Amino acid sequence: MSETIAQWIIGVGLMFDLLGCLGLVRLPDVYNRLQAGTKCVTLGTCMIMFGTFLYGVAALDRPQMAVQALLCAVFVLLTSPVAAHAIARGAYRAGARLWEGSVIDRLGEDLHGVRPPAERAEPADQPAAVHHFTESES
Amino acid sequence: MKSVLCILFTFGLWLLLTWSLDPKVVGVGLMMAILVATLLAHIYPDNPHKALDPRRWFWACIYFPYFLVLCIKSNLDVAYRVLHPDLPIRPGIVKIRTRLTSEMAKTFLANSITLTPGTMTVDIVGQDLYIHWINVHGVDAEEHTRRIVRPFEGLLRRVFE
Amino acid sequence: MSPFLVFVAGGLLLAAAMCLLRIGRGPTAPDRTVAIDILGTLMAGFCCLLAIWTGQDFYMSIAIAWSLVSFIGTIALAKYLEGRQYDE
Repeated sequence: MSETIAQWIIGVGLMFDLLGCLGLVRLPDVYNRLQAGTKCVTLGTCMIMFGTFLYGVAALDRPQMAVQALLCAVFVLLTSPVAAHAIARGAYRAGARLWEGSVIDRLGEDLHGVRPPAERAEPADQPAAVHHFTESES
Repeated sequence: MKSVLCILFTFGLWLLLTWSLDPKVVGVGLMMAILVATLLAHIYPDNPHKALDPRRWFWACIYFPYFLVLCIKSNLDVAYRVLHPDLPIRPGIVKIRTRLTSEMAKTFLANSITLTPGTMTVDIVGQDLYIHWINVHGVDAEEHTRRIVRPFEGLLRRVFE
Repeated sequence: MSPFLVFVAGGLLLAAAMCLLRIGRGPTAPDRTVAIDILGTLMAGFCCLLAIWTGQDFYMSIAIAWSLVSFIGTIALAKYLEGRQYDE
């Protein structure tokens, strides 16, 4: 019985993992990819670990695996958003542009006074240093 | 007081990670816990005695299921956007302001925002948070703040401040 | 062992393949960093599966260590991205 519940939880977690990675491939810019990837893969992996916990508690009777799976889930839940935050901040400071369809960019306005791409008629001139990662593959 | 709590926390973590009651392992763990908690004291939170207050734990127990429900909703939201053939996104970075002051509470607020529907923290400057929103609603900062931060702020203030 | 675990392992490998696709194709360095971070989290989940599958508890230690090391590596990469414009 408990094993069935664990399998369902692991299955749903796997589905979220797959959708997150699909979002990583499909979405248009760094920030959207980061959103899809971080949310889905964090919850998906935590669900896989919770399923491992249930396996360890009931089906196989292995307390070490159960406790460490919970611990690992807590670590992932705490570290993954922080890593996403660090990457987003690093990407913005390194000059990764928002997608052309973005509607608002308060951080850019506050950092170097540019308006978002949708409000802009022609590309605004930014400082030269922030153009590092903006050339895309053709 | 602070160092004793930090040593106990580190030692408990060691016991859970090694899962062994062999006297040698426990002795090494105790030594390492004292060493780490003494040398890296500036990394640990400033007021660990707050963790002993049962009221905070009560509010944390209310906060966690609420957060989990929002987290699952956010995953379904991302799934909808990713599977939809037209990619219905309307992204942008908005600026919001929080009333939380302690570092711990702001960290957890940023983490919660990152894991809940459509929003992700990009930068924190003092009390201002810059949020990347996958589907921007509303026009001004007050409305953004009301939509993004209000669900968490009250509970987090009771837990951490 | 059980067909269910084989199915889940296959699904995780598919997800990892999509991450690798993004690492290979990603036009900019931040894209690749995102994919590397997510690959690390996926592999921690895979270690949990291995722990169930083989019945060895030490795989859970590997999962914990892997997720923490991946976190530190991601932070280092993000700091590198952030500092890059000042260096050159």
